[in-house]
Amino acid sequence: MAKPKVAFYWCASCGGCEETIVDLAEDILKVVDAVDIALWPVALDTKRKDVEAWVPGEVAVAFINGAIRLSEQLEWVELLREKCSLVIAFGSCAHMGGVPGLANATNRDEIFANKYHRSATTENAGGVVPQTETAVEGYDLTLPTFWRDVKPLDQVIDVDYYLPGCPPPFDLVAAAVGAILEGKLPEKGAVLAPEKALCESCERNDTKPDEMTITEFKRTATSTPDPEKCFLADGYLCMGPATRDGCGLRCINGNMPCRGCFGPPPDTLDPGLKLLSAIASRGEADSEEDAKVLADSLVDPLGTYYRFGLPASMLKRSADTERA
Amino acid sequence: MIKLTINGTTVEVEQGVTVLDAAREAGIDIPTMCDHESLQPYGSCRLCVVEVALRGKTKIQASCCLPAVDGMEVRTHSERIVRIRRILIELLLARCPESPVIRNLAHEINVADCRFDRVRGEKSPCHECRICNMLDSTPYHEQHDSPSTFTDKSGCILCGMCVRICNDVMKIGALAFEGRGAKRHVTTPLREPSDLCIGCGACSAICPTGAIEHRRIRMQDPQTIADDFEYGLTERKPVNITFPQAVPRVPVIDKETCVYFKTGGCRICEDNCQVNAIDHEQTDQIVEADVGAIIVATGFKLFDSNLIGRYGYGRYDNVLSAMEFERITHASGPTSGKVLCKDGSSPNGVAILHCIGSRDENHHEHCSRVCCMYSLKFAHLVKEKTEAEVYNLYIDMRAFGKGYEEFYKRVLGEGVHFIRGKAAEVTDVSEKPEEDGKLIVVAEDTLLGVTRRLPVDMVILSGALTPAEDAAEVGKVFSLGCSQGGFFLERHPKLAPVDSMSDGIFLAGACQGPKDIPDSVAQGAAAAAGALSLIDKGKVVIEPITAEIIEERCAGCQLCVPNCPYAAIEYDPEKNISAVIEELCKGCGTCVAGCPSGAAHQKNFEDQQIFSEIEGILTGAQS
Amino acid sequence: MADQQFEPKIVGFLCRWCSYTGADLAGTSRMEYPANMVGIKVMCSGRVDPTFVVKALKEGADGVLIAGCHPGDCHYSEGNYKAMRRHPMLLNLLDQFGVDPKRIRQEWISASEGELFAEVVSEFTDQIRQLGPLDWNKRIEADCETV
Repeated sequence: MAKPKVAFYWCASCGGCEETIVDLAEDILKVVDAVDIALWPVALDTKRKDVEAWVPGEVAVAFINGAIRLSEQLEWVELLREKCSLVIAFGSCAHMGGVPGLANATNRDEIFANKYHRSATTENAGGVVPQTETAVEGYDLTLPTFWRDVKPLDQVIDVDYYLPGCPPPFDLVAAAVGAILEGKLPEKGAVLAPEKALCESCERNDTKPDEMTITEFKRTATSTPDPEKCFLADGYLCMGPATRDGCGLRCINGNMPCRGCFGPPPDTLDPGLKLLSAIASRGEADSEEDAKVLADSLVDPLGTYYRFGLPASMLKRSADTERA
Repeated sequence: MIKLTINGTTVEVEQGVTVLDAAREAGIDIPTMCDHESLQPYGSCRLCVVEVALRGKTKIQASCCLPAVDGMEVRTHSERIVRIRRILIELLLARCPESPVIRNLAHEINVADCRFDRVRGEKSPCHECRICNMLDSTPYHEQHDSPSTFTDKSGCILCGMCVRICNDVMKIGALAFEGRGAKRHVTTPLREPSDLCIGCGACSAICPTGAIEHRRIRMQDPQTIADDFEYGLTERKPVNITFPQAVPRVPVIDKETCVYFKTGGCRICEDNCQVNAIDHEQTDQIVEADVGAIIVATGFKLFDSNLIGRYGYGRYDNVLSAMEFERITHASGPTSGKVLCKDGSSPNGVAILHCIGSRDENHHEHCSRVCCMYSLKFAHLVKEKTEAEVYNLYIDMRAFGKGYEEFYKRVLGEGVHFIRGKAAEVTDVSEKPEEDGKLIVVAEDTLLGVTRRLPVDMVILSGALTPAEDAAEVGKVFSLGCSQGGFFLERHPKLAPVDSMSDGIFLAGACQGPKDIPDSVAQGAAAAAGALSLIDKGKVVIEPITAEIIEERCAGCQLCVPNCPYAAIEYDPEKNISAVIEELCKGCGTCVAGCPSGAAHQKNFEDQQIFSEIEGILTGAQS
Repeated sequence: MADQQFEPKIVGFLCRWCSYTGADLAGTSRMEYPANMVGIKVMCSGRVDPTFVVKALKEGADGVLIAGCHPGDCHYSEGNYKAMRRHPMLLNLLDQFGVDPKRIRQEWISASEGELFAEVVSEFTDQIRQLGPLDWNKRIEADCETV
């Protein structure tokens, strides 16, 4: 019986999800033993026309990482949706928009201006910016459309499952692959990770005092968290209570508070708003003035709550107009 | 059983009983000085000698050390014995001419005078006596013309009771005999102040002639045990009945001061108890009971006037706290109800200072409600019991209750001086001859607009009612919040003054706020009624819109637990989940809004229901 | 962006014990105030989840009013303090999203303050009218066709 075929594809991403597979080192041979990799731009030279030639269903699973912001990415993911039986959104970017998703706090003009005009390391006297069509030496060249909004995968195609994380830890990936091969997948649309929040496995959870109060928000940029204490109890905003478990506490063990890369647990509608509500309730402020002082001590709430999930938040993006 | 004859009467006693005890059983009184029921007989004073005839032979023996033998014929007051006793008494008189006990005995036995010279021994050079050198006080040096280290007016008769009680009964061993013959005396090891002595006072209690001076045994004077009920105005023993109206009215043994718990010795109380009611081995018991209602009535603490130094509390003898004065006027108190200064004299002037610690930014802002009335009561009592001038120094007169204003008017009519002005200080530095030896209360009389100096003999500080010492800990146990001032918080100041925030826990009395007896009784009854109504119903009506935490979703982040003012959420560290106690939940939903993982939801008031309402309201809105 | 035809839509979250009762009092006292605000009764202002506010904005609300008991008087002891602490944090976040913080208002209205309720609603409606419609979904419409 032929080995099942899998496809890996990357959209607006950093390459870290590819790294996760490559980091298997010699174990990658086990992967190759079990499956045929039909598409993997980082490692194989499969062409687009090869993929277009696939029979729908020929490839069992497509692991697509990266967010969608270029028209080319949309074309590819629509193609893979057509040809593959299962599409799994791999990593935070595909799941929720990821770090690229923070572009939703600004717009294309600003991004291009920063990148091609204002950047200190760019010399662009001619003011050249990418165009979708241009002619160079008589040849017509096209570039994909660069949209204003970054979208997670499920806002453009139908997604079967999600592997969360930046990047997803390999044990979760292995479990997912195993489940696929054995046909033991949960209900469609599930995130393939535990359903409780991070505090469930965090050793620092025990150090929370009975009556936790938050007096100010400290920044890891300017001070170091106590290596034994719960970050929230120590005054550092930790997304843990509104973030799924399953990452193995990689950041916590590095003495950094959780940044929410696994996304919210199933019943949390919007992790930013819910965490805001939870920690504000514990704030030490008994007057409106004190409450404002506490709130103002949190620098860049949008970037802190939605570092990985802005496009998947309730508001999706900031208003791209004059003050709304 | 042993049969013997004492003074012609046949007496039957058990084997091992001494002749002295046998005589006592027969109702015959033999004088003793070195005998005590808790000590083994020693036979040193010899006063108990009797004539014993046995098998034809007659001897003179000390009856305290003589076991009764079948067939003994004992004469306790024969001519010979009486003569011997008289000589013994004369010898004792010679040694301790001023001892009341010995003089009494002399009187009883008709010894009028002593033919012997005062016993004189070798002068004990002072530089040899380390105690004398250490104490460096002349009176002791003067008394060094007696062989005993312990000399004072009464003198030691070497009966050895102090040694025996210290060694054998108290099991301490700080005293022993030293020397032989005329040089024999009682002293401490190496004649130095002893570290072994615990200051129990057994030696001086048992000494028949009062010859013990504690400072010669131990450098510190024995600490008396302050009687807490009398606010330290009197002392008590380690075993005492706390106060005459105690329920149950039985003595208690104080583990901290009872010698048995320090050395394993004493237990003299057990020797005295004829119904074997004493058990030193009792331990604290922790009793667990499942209850459905709790009434917290943990009371208040009187303001510690030591905190305000300028009123002289703790420095001057006759500056008293309100409770101390309360005890003084009480018929069963330390002065049997007489108003007396510390030196026993009757005061000519008494000042009562209102608002000590109350209505004071530096201490307690609240008014303690009861002090004006009890200050008026004190004024009235002083007028009733003494001829003293009475001054009440007040800010406002709060006579709010039934009959209170009328009482105030009555006290006004009794000639009590009312000065509107909070006392500034109490001093003993006199500026005029009339103030010598007095306590002077300095205050501004705001009605007259002058500063006054009031020379009095006694000052009473009407202290604030403050939360009990352990109010914070008690509050934590019962999830009671505190209002300003630190008293427990009631559910509603007007509509629910005996309910706490948590169902089933009621508040009564001064723990909820300063109040007097009628109000405390009313609150107690209300709290009891509240508890009874719960018990009576047998059912509790709970909210239908309680919060619930879904176990499968809760990660144990514990952020919701302190949010609940009713302590209705409990965190289980074993399972690492929090759970809502439905019966306590009031349905406010704050925890639900504050749950970051969506594990908490509110039954019949779900987020989705609210979303539907929002959608409904905004149907057709431009969106 | 004042629009003469524009009638603001305001969603209110009123706590059952104080502000909802205050609103009732305004009604029974026949006090006039604009009908632009429709109130949703919650048991306590502490029940107001920031997701409710955002949901309202997404569904087309131009403004949101959150009204509770005066601090210290909360029927559930401290629920309004939680609401008080959440409010500026939500405003700071919404500000970064480009929502004018003036569109979300927090007020303390007791059960006897019917007049205050009417005043607040009138004033707030006027204020939102000045600010113009929010039209959130239109504002964030993407500039391309997507699936």
